[in-house]
Formats: sequence, C-alpha cells, structure tokens
Amino acid sequence: MTPSLLSIRNLDVSYPTSRGHARILIGVDLDIARGTSVGLVGESGSGKSTLALALLGLLPENAEIDAQDAMFDSCPDALSPATAQRLRGSDIAMIFQDPMTALNPLFTIGTHLVDIQRRKFPHASQADLWARGERMLVRVGVSDAGNRMRRYPHEFSGGMRQRVVIAMALLVEPKLLIADEPTTALDATIEAQVVDILRDLRSELSAALLVVSHSFGLIAELCDTVIVMYAGTIVETGPVNVVLHDPRHPYAQALLACEIEPLSSIEAAEPLVTIPGTVPDPANRPVGCVFAARCPARHDRCIEPPPLVSQGQGRSFSCWLGVSL
Amino acid sequence: MTAPVLSLKDACVRYGDLTAVEGVSIDLHGGETLGLVGESGCGKSSVARAISGLNPLSSGTMMVQQEDVAVKLRTDRRFLADRVQLLFQDPVASLSPRLTVGALLAEPLKIRKIFNADTWAAAIALLQDMGLGEQFLSRYPHQLSGGQARRVALARVLTAKPRIIVADEPTAGLDVSIQGDMLNLLRALRDRLGLSYLFISHNLNVVGRVTERVAIMYLGQIVETGKTGLLFRDPAHPYTKALLSSNLTIDPQRRRERVILKGELPSPRNPPSGCRFHQRCPLARDICAVRQPRLETQADGRMVACHFPLSGGSEAMAG
Repeated sequence: MTPSLLSIRNLDVSYPTSRGHARILIGVDLDIARGTSVGLVGESGSGKSTLALALLGLLPENAEIDAQDAMFDSCPDALSPATAQRLRGSDIAMIFQDPMTALNPLFTIGTHLVDIQRRKFPHASQADLWARGERMLVRVGVSDAGNRMRRYPHEFSGGMRQRVVIAMALLVEPKLLIADEPTTALDATIEAQVVDILRDLRSELSAALLVVSHSFGLIAELCDTVIVMYAGTIVETGPVNVVLHDPRHPYAQALLACEIEPLSSIEAAEPLVTIPGTVPDPANRPVGCVFAARCPARHDRCIEPPPLVSQGQGRSFSCWLGVSL
Repeated sequence: MTAPVLSLKDACVRYGDLTAVEGVSIDLHGGETLGLVGESGCGKSSVARAISGLNPLSSGTMMVQQEDVAVKLRTDRRFLADRVQLLFQDPVASLSPRLTVGALLAEPLKIRKIFNADTWAAAIALLQDMGLGEQFLSRYPHQLSGGQARRVALARVLTAKPRIIVADEPTAGLDVSIQGDMLNLLRALRDRLGLSYLFISHNLNVVGRVTERVAIMYLGQIVETGKTGLLFRDPAHPYTKALLSSNLTIDPQRRRERVILKGELPSPRNPPSGCRFHQRCPLARDICAVRQPRLETQADGRMVACHFPLSGGSEAMAG
C-alpha cells in the first residue's frame, strides 16, 4: 500500500439559504495515494467541482465546511482557509477547464510561467525561472518555445493555451495536481493531443492526479481509480477497470448505460437510455438513499440511509442491494 | 430515389477575404437525419446559417423542395422561414429572458399573423407533447433547466411547421442522463411529422447513433460523406479516421488505434495548398501539397476527397 497523500473523512459542505441549508457535499471520504490518479465523475449538481474547489480553499466565503479529518501530506486540517491557501499553488496545483479565461490577456506567456513559480521558489533568479518555464513549455509540446514565451495569450489557439495552463501547473512541482474538465473546451483531435500529453506526464511525474470530469472516457484514459458521485455523495468507488465494466450501484449502472457506445450502436433503432426524474433539491434532501426516487431497484429499505458495502478488488458502494438479506 | 427536400450545390460563404465554406454540396432527403461533423472553424455553423437564411450564400445554389431559394425569395419573403428552421445551440440564450414561455411560444404565431384560438391550442398541445404542462406557460427562461429550455426552443421552431430543422449541437452541455431524452424526442418528432434534420454536432457517439448519413468537414470543405455506418466503421479519409480515433471510450478493447494529428487546424484565411489536410496528414505524399483532391464517388457509394483514400480501413496509419 502506497502511503496516503490526501485523506479526508466525512466532509460536509453546505450553504445557508432562505429555504434552509443547501447541503452540497454529505459525508464524503476521499483518499489519494502518492503518485496515483483518481477520477471524480458525476453529472451537473453532483458536487464534484465543489469537492475539487474545497481542496484548493476556493469555495465562497459563506460555504460551511466541516470534516472529521482532513490530512494532506502529514499536514492536518488541510481544508482550513489558512492551510489551504498555503498549499494552493505550491503543493496543490490546478488545471482549469477553460484555457480562454485561465490566462491574463495583459501578460505574456513567459510572465505567466515565471510568476507562478515565485511562491514555490522565492530565491531563484528571474533568468532561472524563465529558463525553467521555457523547458516546461517544450515538454508539454509547444514548438518554438523561446519565441512563444514572449507572446500573449490571444496569439495562442485553445489547445496551445491549455498546454500553457498545464505547464504552469507543473512548474510548481505539486504533490497533487487537480484537473477540472481539462479537455472539455477543446476540439476532438486537439483533445486527443492533450490527453496524450497528460498521460505521458503521468508516467514521468511523482504528482498524484485528481481528474474531475463528466466523461467516463477521459477517466478511463487517465485514471487508476474512479469515484462516482451523485447529489453530493459518493455512490461507488473502486479501480477504473472494475467499476466501469461492472458497476454495482444502480446510479453508476444507469449512468454508464446512458453512454452511447461507439460503433456497436450505429443506426440502432431502439430509443436511447435515460435516467427519468431529477436530482433532489440540495435544501430538501430525502432522508434515506438520495437516488431512491429515480432508482429502478428501489425497495422498502431505501427510506433508510444505505450502508457502505465493501467488496473485493478495492470496490465499495453505498446501497442496500449490497447487503445480503 | 425521390428528389431531396434540400439541395446545396457548390455553396460558398465568404466573410470579407475569409472563405469559411468552399464548394460544399449537400443533399438532404425527406425524413432523413444528416450529420455534419467537424472541428471549430471547419465551416459547419456557416453552412447551418446559410441553409436557415441567416447568411446569404456568396456563390452556389440552394434548392428547397425543388425550388431555387434565391428566386423564390424575390417574390415570397417567407419562403425559406416557412420551410427551414434553425434550432440554436444555446437554448437559454436563444430565449428572451424578459418573456414567459407562453409569450415565447405565441411570438412565432404572431409574427406570422396566424395567432388564433386554434393555432394557440395546437402550440400548447405541442408543448405538452414534450412533457411541459400548462404550468410552464407562466415561467421565465431562467426558471427552466437546460433540457426544458431546449424543449421550449424546439416547440417554438415547430410552430412554424417547417419541413427541415437545422439542429446546431442540440445536446451540447446536457448531462448524459438527459441527452437521451432529447435525442429520443427529436427522432419521434421526425418520424411523426415527416421532418428532415441537418444535425450538427462534434459528439461522434451521438452522430453515429442518430444519423443515417454524415458529412465530415475540414477547413470549409467536405472531405468525406456517405452512410454513417460505412464511414464510422471504415473511414476512407485520413482525417475521418483521425477524428474517429480521437473519440474517448470507456472500453479499451473497443478503442481504435489512436491517430494523434500533428499541429493545429490551419487558418481558413490562409488555407494550405493542395489538399487542405496535407500538413497534418500522416499519409501525405508529394502530390498532396500540390493538387487539391476532388470529392469522388467510391465503389461503395460514399464520396471522398483524397488522393490516397484508405481502402477498407486496413491501411496501417502510424500515429
């Protein structure tokens, strides 16, 4: 067992609203071992982005964050504002979704790449930081890096900007790299290039990777472990090849069934699979299983909160179906 | 074979010195869904806007129900709008935030001066068909979910009783659990009302699932077109093959051998010589930089614009 880099127990995040507390995350446990890659998958409103932003200390000020335990690299209380701020940009780095807005249009790419390193390497010279930045740009596949360092973001295409954003994140030598939908804004052939770069970097880097995405395809491509979230809770987690090919939680099963398989289903006549119903209102959540209202396997016990069932191969899921009666 | 309901011949769209669409020909048949696929800047949205009358063609002809649109429009201003409607990509942005769903639904009827008890009842029935009851009539667009906003936009389009709907990314931004609902609804409406769709999407899994034929665009031109099953199983153009192989799948066994293209899409302002794809093509030879390939019909009925089309997908393409 590799030593744990991040270990969070029982994380709750909620916001006060006029209709009572909107509970966005409920009892989330997250473990990331050093050097591994974890995928966080879920639909809109599942809380996956809230979880990523909580790790970065970037939630709005009115967010109420409560965790039983939050350990990052032997640093306790990793989610407190002061600690999160210290870790952010030095030990935890982020690749944002939209490369069009992640760069400041007033500064050159070189300035971006130099400034990001200042906190982690306060005593290094400007020339050293510049040279490191240029080398990193080459490594993420930007040709003519010496010249590109002096260019502005608007002179770069989307794919090139996303490489710059990746280079920025890597330059601080983070222990944990969070990528929030890193390829969603890119065209298909450019997405393939960026996925390729991320996969290459994974094998070279010591950093652990947390990929947040709605795309099972991307997670399958980049991750060892997958966490499936629904309405602020983790419904199933385990190795990617186990969970994606044999999901046990009814929501994970339904979500995977909605994926359109390429090739196998071309011109198929039968209707596409959907999940009827809607995600529960975070201010008015059901007492028992959050998925019960939409679940095809719902039964009497689902009005009680479901237990977490661990099964072989490192898989666990949260459902009464896992309990032998 | 019956005559196509829409036929575009040698269409060009120019914006100043930029040629966004060059020599595109498309036939859309009654009751058919034709996919239009390509990356940003390939001209697919320009084609959509030209067909729905938002951008005039710079050259080329467009026939709808075998009538020349340019000629008809001289005497009948509504000729195109009565037959072709565009379903906009961003449904929330396409609905005025100041109007209720009821007012939004009445607007196209009022513009056509056909607003009366019968047409209004039909419009409400249409909305109910889509699973939106009368309680939605008093809501504003911001009170709708993404899926509901799309249904309202679709109901608005259908009140014009078009024959052809140009659907620009109809499922972009929808969660997969909702995406199926929208696609099932589009198919049911097509079959019931005898509609034809030009279906624009970058999501290849969706295009593979819902279209009968597909046209692949690259830098303003169609590089390959034909039956969707044929093209997706055995792409003949190296760009089609690369595009399909870049599709991420959850099942490694089904994954195609990935072709990673070098470089970025060139600017349409200054397209490459010869074949527009030659600089990124892993199979390019000398002639490709010099002579532009023509779209030619192959033995299996598809059309490909390539000097060296892949046969049966068996050619090894080293990435």
